[in-house]
Amino acid sequence: MAPVISVSGLSKTYASGFTSLNNIHLEIARGEIFALLGPNGAGKTTLISIICGIVNASSGQVAVGGHDINADYRAARALIGLVPQELHTDSFESVWATVSFSRGLFGKPKNPALIEKILKDLSLWDKKDAKIITLSGGMKRRVMIAKALSHEPQVLFLDEPTAGVDVELRKGMWDVVRELKAAGVTIILTTHYIEEAEEMADRVGVINKGEIVLVEDKAKLMQKLGRKRLSLHLQQRIDAIPEALAPYHLTLSEDGWRLAYDYDTKGDRTGITSLLGDLRAAGIRFVDLETKQSSLEDIFVSLVRQ
Amino acid sequence: MNLRAVGAIYKFEMARTWRTILQSIVSPVVSTSLYFVVFGAAIGSRISEVQGVSYGTFIVPGLVMLSVLTQSIANASFGIYFPKFIGTIYEILSAPISHFEIVLGYVGAAATKSIVLGLIILATAGLFVPLHIQHPVWMLTFLVLTAITFSLFGFIIGIWADGFEKLQMIPMLVVTPLTFLGGSFYSVNMLPPTWHTIALLNPVVYLISGFRWSFYEIADVRVEISVAMTLGFLVICMSIIWWIFKTGYRLKH
Ligand SMILES: Nc1ncnc2c1ncn2[C@@H]1O[C@H](COP(=O)(O)OP(=O)(O)OP(=O)(O)O)[C@@H](O)[C@H]1O
Ligand SMILES: [Mg+2]
Repeated sequence: MAPVISVSGLSKTYASGFTSLNNIHLEIARGEIFALLGPNGAGKTTLISIICGIVNASSGQVAVGGHDINADYRAARALIGLVPQELHTDSFESVWATVSFSRGLFGKPKNPALIEKILKDLSLWDKKDAKIITLSGGMKRRVMIAKALSHEPQVLFLDEPTAGVDVELRKGMWDVVRELKAAGVTIILTTHYIEEAEEMADRVGVINKGEIVLVEDKAKLMQKLGRKRLSLHLQQRIDAIPEALAPYHLTLSEDGWRLAYDYDTKGDRTGITSLLGDLRAAGIRFVDLETKQSSLEDIFVSLVRQ
Repeated sequence: MNLRAVGAIYKFEMARTWRTILQSIVSPVVSTSLYFVVFGAAIGSRISEVQGVSYGTFIVPGLVMLSVLTQSIANASFGIYFPKFIGTIYEILSAPISHFEIVLGYVGAAATKSIVLGLIILATAGLFVPLHIQHPVWMLTFLVLTAITFSLFGFIIGIWADGFEKLQMIPMLVVTPLTFLGGSFYSVNMLPPTWHTIALLNPVVYLISGFRWSFYEIADVRVEISVAMTLGFLVICMSIIWWIFKTGYRLKH
């Protein structure tokens, strides 16, 4: 199936001379939830802003739903809903008015029933007549989500949607996202909460210093990540790993006090039992042990560390 | 054409007027009334007729223009500057809407406001001096053209401004002097020859002259020239706006 978004050779150099995106190639499949991860200043917002028409690209092409974002901007933008990272809201408008405004701006006929549903889904219904200035930060963020949903986008960009939203409402927000996905909406989100990506995303992309460094199915990624590390704190330090233990590919810490063993939790045999037996045979005793699962976060950290 | 989007922007802008009704309508009406008291009644009683009409009557078209000019610029510049300032412009830029439609929404609303205001001021003037309008259609044409042109001009200022000082600067340093010197309170024919020539470089002279002609058939310059100058300024403003959107000047990085 044709991708709903295709980005090719996209670069952005700001007027200051700073290059924030460098030759980005990326395809987003219809209906998927794509999590874009990357440290501060990696270029996530810049990429989203270009796709949505807020920032001009320096070079490269972007198509949304097969429509070029410049040549055919109307068709392209009509498909997109954007929740920007920064809280940009009017102050004196009511919630209802600002959400209705967004729908009109995207050329859609009035639909009070839909807006009512959106506001209820986002727990904003009791605030519908409130002036935006009287809302809390988390409420304003949800108003911005409501604005983006008001025109029934097929592609939704959520640039750090859960920043500043409390735990309970965050869960509610993810329910909304799942519902949208079920309705066929493609969702691209950025987040600094890696558990969020782990929980929600179908695919994960990591961007660092303006370059995409990894795009992978989350399931595959998690498989790769399905490894655990067993650490043994030895009773007595050793200088080298005995020859007999070579098949386990153990690593010995520099100070000689710790042995580490990596194993696959999904494998038929983890090899832990025989390792422990062989350790005893080799006369190595330990005082403590711990196991640790590697996570998306570890991968992420190792990717973005230069 | 995304008419719903134009309508949404227009409605949004008009709603802003209702929220700020005092400063949008009441204050220009009050200041115009003060002009009438000071210039029309107090000073005007000591000035003989100007080109066959009493001084109080003479200044009516100029006063209306003064308000229409300044309010068009103020409304339109603020209307586009503010979303830029608070960041809500992101939504306008990401919407499936053409540049022409954006301008139509913002400038249409700003022009509507100043036309309504111009008519209110005209009605206020009617309370102080007897009004007679020889060419009502031309009067409305000049009013509408001026409102649109200067709303476009205000839109440009709003996009250009990157701070509140700049937003105020052009209206204060350029527009207000030009309107005061543009013959609101006198006929440029009253000026000595050198000043008369200099005055003719002021575009506002042509607007006020044409507008006054539609009231009393008295004019400082030929009415055709007034129309041409107004249209010329309109075209210049439209070209600048076309260029702004084409390049994304001060709108897109
Ligand atoms: N208008 C601008 N002019 C110059 N440089 C800019 C501009 N906007 C962004 N940048 C730079 O581009 C880089 C990428 O910024 P961007 O906002 O895309 O990062 P991000 O990945 O969204 O980061 P964060 O996680 O902090 O939101 C940053 O180094 C930033 O300083
Ligand atoms: Mg960002």
